[in-house]
Amino acid sequence: MKKIATGNKAVAEAVKQIVPDVVAAYPITPQTEIVEQIAEFVTGGELKSRYIPVESEHSAMAACIGASITGARTFTATSSHGLLYMHEMTNWAAGARLPVVMANVNRSIGPGWNIWAEHTDALQERDTGWLQVYVSTVQEAYDATIMAFRIAEHHDVLLPVMVNLDGFVLSHLMQPLDTIEVGDFIPPLSLPHAIDTNNPAGYGGLTGTDQHFLMRWDMERSIRDSVKVIEETEKEFARRFGREYGFTENYQCDDAEVIVVAMGTLGKEMEVAVDLLRKEGVKAGSLRIRWLRPFPNLSILKGKEVVIIDRDYSFGRGGVLATEIVAQTKEDVFSVIAGLGGQEVTYDDIADFVRKRQVGKEFWFGVKDNV
Amino acid sequence: MFEIRIHSRGGQGGVTAARLLALAAIYDGKHATAAPFYGAERRGAPIVSFVRIDDKPVRIYSQIRKPDMVVVLDASVMDVVDVLSGLKEGGKVLVNSRQKREFAGFKSASVDLTGIALKENLVVSGSPILNTPVIGALAKMGIVSVDSAKKAIKEMFTDERNVRVAETAYQELIA
Amino acid sequence: MDTIAEIPKEEYVLKCSSACAGCSDSLALRYVLKAAGPDTVLVIPACCTSVIQGIYPNTAFNVPVYNIAFGAAAACASGMSNAFRAAGKKTNVIVYAGDGGTLDIGIQAMSGAFERGTDFLYICYDNEAYGNTGMQRSGATPLGAKTTTTPTGKTDFKKDIDGIIAAHNPPYMATAAAAYPQDLFKKVQKALSFRGPSFIHVLAPCPPGWRYSTEKTVEMGKLAVKSGIWVLYEREYGKLTMGAQSKVAMKKPIPLEDYLSPQGRFKGIDPKNVEILKQRIQKNFAKLSAEEAAS
Repeated sequence: MKKIATGNKAVAEAVKQIVPDVVAAYPITPQTEIVEQIAEFVTGGELKSRYIPVESEHSAMAACIGASITGARTFTATSSHGLLYMHEMTNWAAGARLPVVMANVNRSIGPGWNIWAEHTDALQERDTGWLQVYVSTVQEAYDATIMAFRIAEHHDVLLPVMVNLDGFVLSHLMQPLDTIEVGDFIPPLSLPHAIDTNNPAGYGGLTGTDQHFLMRWDMERSIRDSVKVIEETEKEFARRFGREYGFTENYQCDDAEVIVVAMGTLGKEMEVAVDLLRKEGVKAGSLRIRWLRPFPNLSILKGKEVVIIDRDYSFGRGGVLATEIVAQTKEDVFSVIAGLGGQEVTYDDIADFVRKRQVGKEFWFGVKDNV
Repeated sequence: MFEIRIHSRGGQGGVTAARLLALAAIYDGKHATAAPFYGAERRGAPIVSFVRIDDKPVRIYSQIRKPDMVVVLDASVMDVVDVLSGLKEGGKVLVNSRQKREFAGFKSASVDLTGIALKENLVVSGSPILNTPVIGALAKMGIVSVDSAKKAIKEMFTDERNVRVAETAYQELIA
Repeated sequence: MDTIAEIPKEEYVLKCSSACAGCSDSLALRYVLKAAGPDTVLVIPACCTSVIQGIYPNTAFNVPVYNIAFGAAAACASGMSNAFRAAGKKTNVIVYAGDGGTLDIGIQAMSGAFERGTDFLYICYDNEAYGNTGMQRSGATPLGAKTTTTPTGKTDFKKDIDGIIAAHNPPYMATAAAAYPQDLFKKVQKALSFRGPSFIHVLAPCPPGWRYSTEKTVEMGKLAVKSGIWVLYEREYGKLTMGAQSKVAMKKPIPLEDYLSPQGRFKGIDPKNVEILKQRIQKNFAKLSAEEAAS
């Protein structure tokens, strides 16, 4: 059905379609609308989930963990400081191999207080064992949230999934939304290690070094195996519902001499920059990274000039995306740090990054003479 | 692509107007996005919201700098904000006003949205509803079709008066 | 149930536990689980009990035990209880947490879970310090007690967690002591009969932490009650009933020194602090008695 919805509403609509057993969430700008909408669905009887209005994000994830280990399907949503406050528990959810699904509305981190879009919050969760996908449209926020459950709950994965959408730029943007009936695209959840009082077991207790090491290896193996599961899930989603997604979204890349790379909404707006550059005779292409974990194969970038826009940073090491990509391609790039704290970055600006690229250098957009 | 910037004050329904307009455009078979100015909205403070309408999916997320059209829901905003800023040459201006307002170099139109809402007693929390009548005026200006405008209003509001005020604004637009 | 012989024979804390000699945490847990029975899940934050259960892949507990991070037990149990109830299961969800995980780092999650009316039982076994990490002070450490972070004795008072819990108006709350297993057993069964959150605060003397010899664990708990520094009572829908043991004891309490002197942690305690503790015992008992009389 054709609707118009914000990114936040789209996530809530997806949750309504999935009907998790338990939703535990704490409000934070700009995620608030997700929690409000879910609470309204539950109160109005449209969504038969248990909604736990927890007193913090730490407790939100802890409650999801407690519910999930019984074999229940769980969902939460957060942003920025909420995600950081949850950090101990995000590690726990992954280590406990629980298929919790979370929407994170990407927002910068204080001080100073800033409520606008930035990816640094989610990137600080990069090494926790969560799968992470970054979306660029309202429809994609909806579709990715639905697919996240199937991917997380697959027995070859059993790791939590985080769906990231840009604060305000997407969370509050209204775009067309087609909702679906998931049917058996989302099979019933069967958690192999669910608590069973008839077969008592200990979970997460003291663990010796050898066993601990093996558990970490097991997580690593699962995140590698998740590549296949994601591919299969997105393919099946396309077959049933007609919308195709992949690890990356490539635009005019085939004959491109220079490719610009970004995540989230910037990764979509840069297609307009590519059109502009092509008119000027620059053979440009764009590549939007959707999945950060597992990290995609970017062999397509080999031998091309690459401009990477990071809406994030790792102090002293530059853009996180740039660092990850260079580690894989072993080739220099032009690294642009832009859009922090909701900084406005237009397609004109992006075209300019490409025009003025200096491969091997780093540039903080909006800061004078810093290349 | 057709880009519209809506000026209003916090609480006057500028964001809802943007949403209604985008929804009507979608019903017309077009692609559209509607966005509030991202930030903490304060009641009474001047705010802007944005609508983009195109035949292809809209891939631009940044704010509208060079609109094709400006809509002013509250004429008093013009005392503090340059509502014509960046408006394309020959662009359209629609102002909520009893008298016709002229803006040199632009296609100007006026309609008394406040009066229309008050006549129907369409008032919420002491404020006349401006976001549904304005869609009627925009339909008259050809931004969206009349059918889609009505359908969008009916989708979002159950109160019949919202359709009536849109119809009145359609008839009373002074261009 | 009037005699210990009537307590079920089933054991849920098995003989392979890694508890210290004379541990009253595991002693209390033994009776808690006997009262709760097999359809029970324990939620345990970082605490002595997470050590006592043994090392993966073994567990000394014959009910499922879910270990969770230090500050998260009540929140985890909140999710678990909701999930069980959503699935139509009556499984008991019991948080078994130390004083640090309750009074200090876990208090926010616990307050939230009580405020939300979570259907669970929260048991705080209180050894009055961070025992698992070698006895650092906690909010439960009493005035004058030496710990590794209060080497000359604590200068602050023990936090009134029972008062804090009472302010949440749970259907049922009680104090208990590992030294009185029948009383504890009954209180656990009663707590589990209520829908919504219930709380039991169990005094759990700790031989290495309190520095007394291991065979005195039960005696130490009894001295605490007999001196009045620990009062046994229960509060049902706000109605307070004093425990018989405390009623009898407080008719003629033993000198507080009889409780303090066998414990190395109170060695050299400032006599002024002993006086303050004595005054607080009187005040506390008077307050509880007045509440009982009024309700």
